[in-house]
Amino acid sequence: MSYHEKRSIVSIISTLLIYAVYFMFVFQRYQQGSAHSKNVFSFWGSVILILIPVAIAAKIIIHIVSVIIYKITTAEDAPCFSDERDKLIELKATRNSQYVFCFGFLLAMGSQVLHMPPSAMFIILIFSLLVSDIFGEISQLFYYRKGI
Amino acid sequence: MGKCHIRNHIRKLRFTHDEMTQQQLAEKTGVTRQTIMAIENGKYSPSLELAFSIARVFTTPLEEVFSYHAEDDSI
Repeated sequence: MSYHEKRSIVSIISTLLIYAVYFMFVFQRYQQGSAHSKNVFSFWGSVILILIPVAIAAKIIIHIVSVIIYKITTAEDAPCFSDERDKLIELKATRNSQYVFCFGFLLAMGSQVLHMPPSAMFIILIFSLLVSDIFGEISQLFYYRKGI
Repeated sequence: MGKCHIRNHIRKLRFTHDEMTQQQLAEKTGVTRQTIMAIENGKYSPSLELAFSIARVFTTPLEEVFSYHAEDDSI
């Protein structure tokens, strides 16, 4: 298994972990009543705004740790640049990820058309973020394994 | 994903050029070893620029490194 394939697998696992841990805290706050009545929009707005830097910081730390572990276990340096194939795979994976997020966005808007509570829309949006992120990584893994 | 119609003789050319390694070819063409491996295995069709660069390393015309085969081999 190449470095990029391993990186994709680590990224999928870390994304799932980050979202799981973060949403345990969010769920606790939700149950305490932070998302009820008038402040529902400010609650979900802060959830999304905090999620973005938390996820970026956690991913950077996990990436650094995984590069160190890769170096120790394989005695091989991780590639320090992306060539044309890497860039093409990244582009295609990003495109696939965007398709998934667009679908989720439409679902979120649909929830409002069907008069569901605003929390449902935000939950669908955040879930779309998670699924699109994972789908992008799975796409990368697929293209690296099967060819492009 | 379309089937790769471009075949190559990179492995043979590496062998005839002092058994050049994939890593050495990758360094000379400015790509990663994984990309050279993917091209050799027919999992990736290189850009025109990279194809010319590989041919240049072997000091061979492009058509002696790569060849195009249509689905029915009629072209």
